[in-house]
Amino acid sequence: MSRSHPSPSATSTFLGYFVLLLISVIFLLPLGWMLVTALKDPSEIFSRAWPEDFKWGNFSSVFQQPTLPFGLFIWNSIVIAGGCTILSLVVSSVTAFAFARLHFPGRDILFIGVLSTMMVPAIVTMIPSFVLFAHLGWIDTFLPFFAPALAGSAFQIFFLRQSFLSMPNELLEAARIDGCSNFRICVQIFIPLAKPTLATLGVLTFLGYWNDFMGPLVYLHSNENKTLPVGLMSFSGMFGTQWELLMAASLIALLPVLVLFMLCQRYFERGLNMGAVKG
Amino acid sequence: MIKKSTIEGFLFITPWLVGSLLFFFGPILACFVLAFFQWDFFNPPEFAGGENFLRLVGDELVLKAAWNTFIYTVFSVPLVILVGLGMALLINQKLRGITMFRTIFFLPNVLSGVAVLLLWKWMLDPDFGLVNSVLEWIGVIPLMGLLGFDAPGWLSSPDWAMSGLVLMSLWGAGGSMMILLAGLQAVPVELEEAARIDGAGAIGNFFYVTLPLLTPQLFFLTVIGTIAAVQTFNQPLVMTEGGPANATLFYALYLFQNVFQSFDMGYGCALALVLFGVTLLLTMLQFWVSRFFVHY
Repeated sequence: MSRSHPSPSATSTFLGYFVLLLISVIFLLPLGWMLVTALKDPSEIFSRAWPEDFKWGNFSSVFQQPTLPFGLFIWNSIVIAGGCTILSLVVSSVTAFAFARLHFPGRDILFIGVLSTMMVPAIVTMIPSFVLFAHLGWIDTFLPFFAPALAGSAFQIFFLRQSFLSMPNELLEAARIDGCSNFRICVQIFIPLAKPTLATLGVLTFLGYWNDFMGPLVYLHSNENKTLPVGLMSFSGMFGTQWELLMAASLIALLPVLVLFMLCQRYFERGLNMGAVKG
Repeated sequence: MIKKSTIEGFLFITPWLVGSLLFFFGPILACFVLAFFQWDFFNPPEFAGGENFLRLVGDELVLKAAWNTFIYTVFSVPLVILVGLGMALLINQKLRGITMFRTIFFLPNVLSGVAVLLLWKWMLDPDFGLVNSVLEWIGVIPLMGLLGFDAPGWLSSPDWAMSGLVLMSLWGAGGSMMILLAGLQAVPVELEEAARIDGAGAIGNFFYVTLPLLTPQLFFLTVIGTIAAVQTFNQPLVMTEGGPANATLFYALYLFQNVFQSFDMGYGCALALVLFGVTLLLTMLQFWVSRFFVHY
C-alpha cells in the first residue's frame, strides 16, 4: 500500500493526528463520563463535574439492593448467553456440514429455507412464540431461550457452510477410504478445522444473547430470573435519577463486553467482514 | 427403498428442521392466521376477516409511528455511513499507531444494549448531561441563545427527541468504518496511480476511482442499516417510552405495546405482517436501485 503514496508532509501528518485525536476524544468521552458519574457522591451528580473523592462504594451498593439481585442478573445472563451459544453452535455445525458435504434430495431448497429465516424480523415470530411458550408453561423459565437455540441459527449455518465448503475435498475422501463414518468426519475432522469461524461466531452469538432485550423482557418476569438488560431496566425504574448507581450498574454490565473485545478484537473484525463479503 | 445417504442427510439436519418448524416457520404461519382474528389472549379468538388491516390503515398512531420510523431511518442510516466513510478515510492513512485509533473508533460499535442506552439517556439530559455541557462550553448554546433559540431539549422535548436518537446512533459508526476500510484497502493502488498520472487530483481520485469501488460496501451497509432501523425498538423503549408526545413512538414499539400491554394479539400480528412486508419491499427496492450504480 505504502509504496506508491508520496510520503506525507509534516503539516499533513500533524493535521492527521490532530483530527484522529479529536475524534478519539469524542468517541471515548461518553465512557469516561460514565465512569466519572459512577464514582460520584449522590450530592455531586448535578453540581460537580469532577467528584471530590472517588466513591468506589457505588459499585458494591449496586450488588446490595435487597429487591434487585444484581449478581443473580449477571449469573442469569451468563447461563442464557453461554448455554444458547454452545447449543446453537453444536446444532449449526452439524447442520452446516450436511448442507455443505452430504448429498440428499431437497438439500438446496432446504438451504434456501435457512436463508429465508434471516430475512424475517424477530417481532413477526415473537407473538405466536409467546403464545406457544405461555401454553407450554415456559414463561418465566429459561426454556424460551434454550429450546429455539436447539434449532441452530441461520447466520451460523450460513458461515459454517462456507467454511466447510472451503476445506479440501481430499480430506473427506481420505477419511471415507479409511472407513470413517460421516458423523465422525464431521465431528473429528471438519468441525475442528472450522475453529476460527466457530470462535468468531461464538463471540458474536454470545454478545447477541448478552445484549438481547426484547426476549427477556417478554419471557422473564420474576427478579430471580431476569437477565442483565432487563435487570438494568428495573434498576432504572427504581432509581430514576440516581445516576451514580445507574452508571455503576451499566458499567458492570458493559465490562464483560469490554474484556471480550480487548481479548478477541480480531474475531469482532472478522465477524463484521463476514457480513460484508456477501454484499 | 430410500437411499442410505438420504436418511443420513436428514438425520444430520433433523434438529434444525424440527426446531425451525416449531419456533420459526410455525410461528410465521400462525402470525399470518392470527392477523385475521380478534383475540385478547384470554378469551377464544374470533374470526375478524380483514378488520385488523382496515383498522391499521385508519389508526393515527400507526401513521405517526411509521412517520417517526421513516424519519429516523432516512437520517440515521446515511449519516452513520457518511461518518463511517470519513473515519475509514482517516484510518486508511499511513500513520504510526493508526491501529490504536482504529480500535478506539470501533469500540463503541461493539458496546450496545440497555447499558449504553442508559448512558446516552444521561448524556442527553438537557440540564446536566454531557452533551449540553460541552455545547455550552464550546459556545454553541450561548450562540443559539443570541439567535433566539432555546438550548436543545433532546429527549425531553418533542422537537429534539428524534435528533437525540440520531446523534446517539452516530456513536456506533465504527462498524460502517470497519467495513468501508476493508473496501478501501482492496482498492488497487495501480488504479489510483493511473488516475493520478492522467491528471486526477485527490478529489477527482476519490469521486471517480475510490467511491465507485466502494459501492458494494456502501450498498451492503444501506441494506443492513435500513433493515435494522425500521425495526428500532430498544432505544425508544428504554430512553423515552415513545415520548414526549409520541415524538419517538417507533413502529416496532407501538406493535409491542399493542401485543404485550393491550393484549391485542390479532392486531399486533397484522402490524407485524405489515412491517415484514415493508422490510421485504425496501430490500427489493434497494437491490433494484443498486443495479444502476453498484459496481462489482
